[in-house]
Amino acid sequence: MTETYRVALAGNPNTGKSTLFNALTGLKQHTGNWAGKTVTLAEGTLTHKGINYQLIDLPGTYSIFSNSRDEEVARNYIVFEKPDVTLVVVDATSLERNLNLALQILEMTRNVIICINLIDEAEKRGISINERLLTRRLGVPVIKISARNKTGFPLLLDTIERLAEGKLVCEPARITYDKDIEIKIASLEPFVAEMVEDRISSRWVALRLLDGDESLLDELKSRLKVKEGSA
Amino acid sequence: MDKTNCITLFEGKNGDFIQITSMDIEGVMRRRLLDLGFVPGAVVEVVRKSPLGDPIAFRVSQTTIALRREESSKIQGELMNHD
Amino acid sequence: MNTELANSGSRGDLNALYEKAQQLSSSDLRDKIVGSLYQESKRLCEAGVHHSNTKRDRRTEKLDAVFTSPIWGFPIMMVMLGIVFYLTIAGANVPSDMIARFFGWLENYITAFFQWISAPDWLYGVLVLGLYRGTTWVVSVMLPPMAIFFPTFALLENYGYLPRVAFNMDRIFKKVGAHGKQSLTMAMGFGCNAAAMMSSRIIESPRERMLAILTNNFVPCNGRWGTLIVLASLFMAAGYTGGAKSLVTTSVVVGIVLFGILVTFLVSWVLSKTVLKGVPTHYTLELPAYRRPKFWETVIRSSLERSWAVLLRAVKVAAPAGILTWVLANVSVGDTSVLMHIVNFLDPFGQMLGLDGYILMAFLIGLPANEIVLPILIMGYLSTGALTEVDNLGDLKQIFVDQGWTWLTALNMMLFSLLHFPCGTTLVNIYKETKSIKWAFLAFLIPTMIAIFVTFVIAQSVKLLG
Repeated sequence: MTETYRVALAGNPNTGKSTLFNALTGLKQHTGNWAGKTVTLAEGTLTHKGINYQLIDLPGTYSIFSNSRDEEVARNYIVFEKPDVTLVVVDATSLERNLNLALQILEMTRNVIICINLIDEAEKRGISINERLLTRRLGVPVIKISARNKTGFPLLLDTIERLAEGKLVCEPARITYDKDIEIKIASLEPFVAEMVEDRISSRWVALRLLDGDESLLDELKSRLKVKEGSA
Repeated sequence: MDKTNCITLFEGKNGDFIQITSMDIEGVMRRRLLDLGFVPGAVVEVVRKSPLGDPIAFRVSQTTIALRREESSKIQGELMNHD
Repeated sequence: MNTELANSGSRGDLNALYEKAQQLSSSDLRDKIVGSLYQESKRLCEAGVHHSNTKRDRRTEKLDAVFTSPIWGFPIMMVMLGIVFYLTIAGANVPSDMIARFFGWLENYITAFFQWISAPDWLYGVLVLGLYRGTTWVVSVMLPPMAIFFPTFALLENYGYLPRVAFNMDRIFKKVGAHGKQSLTMAMGFGCNAAAMMSSRIIESPRERMLAILTNNFVPCNGRWGTLIVLASLFMAAGYTGGAKSLVTTSVVVGIVLFGILVTFLVSWVLSKTVLKGVPTHYTLELPAYRRPKFWETVIRSSLERSWAVLLRAVKVAAPAGILTWVLANVSVGDTSVLMHIVNFLDPFGQMLGLDGYILMAFLIGLPANEIVLPILIMGYLSTGALTEVDNLGDLKQIFVDQGWTWLTALNMMLFSLLHFPCGTTLVNIYKETKSIKWAFLAFLIPTMIAIFVTFVIAQSVKLLG
């Protein structure tokens, strides 16, 4: 029996993330339309070309800076539970706002697919998106779909497979902050790297510590405690 | 010449475009607003007031977000006249 | 190679590192980070997104101009509420009746079977008169309204209407110190209060969230609708037939619901002035674009997921409660049954509230789930301690009238059902969400006191006025 890959779905509220989740898993799961509706982690399974996937529907959030419990839940899952693939679902009709979250997630993990949903709606409104250019610039696969009409699924599923199996390697683009911040990151990063080794992006942890993310600090501490306890 | 003047988001009329200059809000609420796109430099459109006058819905970064007076009166910006 | 996050002793290092980071940091760091992210998003979109005579989402704007209009916003909300209730009540009538008939028909065969194997009376009593009748009642009374309410509600939800309700209502909620999104948890409460406890997480600030949790019980959940609908149609809409009957029943139920909403505001206001003092915080609400939901997918999904789940839970509770009631009614201490001892004990207090001992007993045994209150009550009223076959509502009304019911009894029972303590599942969820015995207890105490107070005042006033 082959192993099951874990695929996490992240995204802003109202991007049709739950619709995609339902369409992919067929699980009897209800979709909602208000901010933060998905409060507990719904899970479902999916089989594609004989490989099993477990899909996890993370809470819809505008950012992942741990301003709320939902954001912490999503962040902890991506950083500490390390899904094999993280799907970031973005709304084609408001890509600019949605990419904001995608960029944050790219700082945290490598195996990301950006899923541009509601592409039919965007086309109706005269918005055309060059996903190849975005793929090049972001360093991760960008795929257009319509979860509602189930278009774009074959390519999406194949890409999930290739990424999970390691046939495709992502090189996510890193955001460069202004000089001042970059210097601070550079001075912290070596110490962080020593501590978290290569399991978590040390650049990202350094940035979060600079930002005063106490919830991440607590999380790191408790995760260390568990590790020490079991060692 | 375009005339610009300083107002808070709360003072905006429906259809006004306001470019945010500063926000007198700290802590979690400031972070939340930043995440939603209320960042200095961003252009915000006043979309509509709720039936009882408050909260007010703003179009910011391609999304419609409603804020209460408590917050919207602490966000300053320049009214952009576009006629 | 390495499965450990870090070598031991690093926890101290972590704190030191955090200190170091804080010394390096500046207060405008977050602004700068977010600013950089937005700039990068913008650059990406400028390069990768092409707009050709982009149309704005005029449809959403036009709909919002109506749904949040100063003139039409509130009337439309009322009409929507009315339509959902009317559809539920009118639509559930016929299927409820059919299901009840089916179970009655089936019972004849089950009874025949028990006679054929010459089962002892007590076994027949426990299994058929207790368990079977209790559960089938819950199914026939609850399933049809749920199968209509949940999908209708899900359609409105997926269409994007609910955030507009939160937008319209926020000013009022703010006045009483609560959060506009409380209207969303209340809407969820119409389905199931226990589920609404979970949905209260959409309210980010703890104080407002607690208000939403403590007052959610004042919107009647699906389990209480059965009671409200049956009593309204028997006693308030008695003189009407056909469509008019459904309309009058709906109006009465809407009236009860509006009273519940009024109580919600009052209690929120009092709590926010006393135990939950504080300034309103963290209000942001997205108004997403309206999107036409996939009709059948939404209907099927919500039926399977919500209706089925809630029904299963109710049946699980109804089965043992049916047995318990039968046992209480058939086991005697002295020359009266245990049930009658309880009823006699509660009766004087019940009479003060315009109710009686049976009704209070039913609410107490019905603590695990509101759905079973009415069936327990009927079982109690019948001397055998088992449900008779209630093939039509006329039989049912006769049972109540024989027990001395008037419209006042019906009204007070409806009000008590609306206002009384939350069901067991809800209380457990409140404890889970708040992690506090104190708040869970208050969530029990506050509604109970209000229910007693309101029914007492009404009963005594009516008595005074003759």
